[in-house]
Amino acid sequence: MSFVRVEDVYQSYDRRPILERISLSVPEGQFVSIVGASGCGKSTFLRLLLAQEQPTEGEIRIADASPAREPDRDRGVVFQQYSVFSHMTVRDNLIAAEEFAGTGLGARFWGSRRRAAAQRADAVLERVGLGHVAHAFPAALSGGMRQRLAIAQALAGKPRILLLDEPFGALDPGTRLSMHEFLGDIRDDTGMTIFMVTHDLEEGFKLGDRVLVFDKPRWDPDDPDAYGATITYDFDTRMPGAPFPHLLKKDVTDVRHSA
Amino acid sequence: MRMINRRPERSIAIVLAMIPFVAMLIAYAVGSDVRRAANPADKLLPAPSHVVESAGRLATEPDKRSGEVLLWRDTRASLVRLGLGVGLAAAIGLGFGLLIGLLPIARAALAPFIATLSLIPPLAVLPILFIVFGLGEVSKVALIAIGVTPFLIRDLSQRVLEIPQEMILKAQTLGASSWQIMTRVALPQVLPRLIQAVRLSLGPAWLFLIAAEAIAATEGLGYRIFLVRRYLAMDVILPYVAWITFLAFAIDWTLRAVSRKAFRWVEEDRL
Ligand SMILES: Nc1ncnc2c1ncn2[C@@H]1O[C@H](COP(=O)(O)OP(=O)(O)O)[C@@H](O)[C@H]1O
Ligand SMILES: [Mg+2]
Repeated sequence: MSFVRVEDVYQSYDRRPILERISLSVPEGQFVSIVGASGCGKSTFLRLLLAQEQPTEGEIRIADASPAREPDRDRGVVFQQYSVFSHMTVRDNLIAAEEFAGTGLGARFWGSRRRAAAQRADAVLERVGLGHVAHAFPAALSGGMRQRLAIAQALAGKPRILLLDEPFGALDPGTRLSMHEFLGDIRDDTGMTIFMVTHDLEEGFKLGDRVLVFDKPRWDPDDPDAYGATITYDFDTRMPGAPFPHLLKKDVTDVRHSA
Repeated sequence: MRMINRRPERSIAIVLAMIPFVAMLIAYAVGSDVRRAANPADKLLPAPSHVVESAGRLATEPDKRSGEVLLWRDTRASLVRLGLGVGLAAAIGLGFGLLIGLLPIARAALAPFIATLSLIPPLAVLPILFIVFGLGEVSKVALIAIGVTPFLIRDLSQRVLEIPQEMILKAQTLGASSWQIMTRVALPQVLPRLIQAVRLSLGPAWLFLIAAEAIAATEGLGYRIFLVRRYLAMDVILPYVAWITFLAFAIDWTLRAVSRKAFRWVEEDRL
């Protein structure tokens, strides 16, 4: 049942605790939103899931595999920016995802292999509404298009979990709405297990099956850095009749004010 | 209106840009007139017409002994040295820059060493080069390469470090190996920076070239200038200096044009 298991994870930088006592069990296919004040350690938690960093204590397992020591193909990732290769065209960004997955030193596709990869890339681009810009460089795209490409590219690597760190944070509200739809569709199609950090509570509740709120449960007024953050609320957004709407309202102000 | 907000129109800007050039030419012509009024045989500031005439001769008349036009022969010799030296430095700079920027182990092993090397004044090792490589082409090319390589390594490793971490992480999650990240992400990302860095290093490269040619050479732009200095041949030196300036400008312009054309994605992106 538990696909991603986080067991009693602590993370400190230079003895300064950022995260403490994080335990979490996520079933396959769940969409987990992560919200919290800025600087409370949401990105740090995502870096741990990505295996970009190792926790000071505790461990994280995906599908009972041993904890990863570096980012690998099990983990797809999209950041707020720089999540595509700016020196490759839109289509080449997708082809590169296949090329990197292949083994071998050069790992560059040529001839019929490349044509086949290009066809698959074009099919994906058509599906995500980027067919008309296949030959453009990312810099020529709008922010929303660039993030759609970044998500499509991450999924082209066929990861087991998808990590999103404020993926829509730099987009205007209208684009953000259409990106919600886009991500929802993708999620319905793939059944991907997703962790998304957002500073937008509404976005978190709208997209997530589950919303985790990160906050510091203990607070030393003389030394604000003395304690780290942990999961203080764990909402199931699909629970019918759950009292979260008014709870949510209250927390919106709470979290925003402390941000 | 404040001076900081007063912008010249385009046509006025062009005129303004020409003023210093024209002023310099006028100052020269006046100085030359004054000196030649006192001494018609003055060699220090020959008449502008005389300089132009001499430049024409330098560019067209073959040398009596070799049958070659010296200006072209000197230009070819100097450009070959400059190209080899800077090309070698760029290749080494790119290779080590990628290693140092991308691999923490290489960085730990090499960065302090390169930082130390870059403090050595290259001209101070010129005698060593002459002793080791003799007075031929190798020592001149080596001086240029040694002179600009540490800068290129440091600049490029810094540029590699500046590649957004997000991009490197993305490549890892797609399964890329260190080699693939180096060749397919880091290398293309820093190539435009390589051209920028080479453009910056050309000034020092010319300096090292002319210094080496002045000391030991049988042809070359720097060699010629220092040779005719003995005869106070300003009518040769001035056209040569102008020609070197033009070459430097042309190379820089070409590199910039190449960069624009080859790296469209950067032009659209950050530059
Ligand atoms: N590599 C690091 N070294 C030291 N401190 C860090 C590092 N990364 C993040 N931090 C600190 O950890 C805290 C949490 O950062 P982050 O996870 O980015 O917060 P969030 O994403 O919730 O805004 C911040 O105070 C930040 O300064
Ligand atoms: Mg963050």
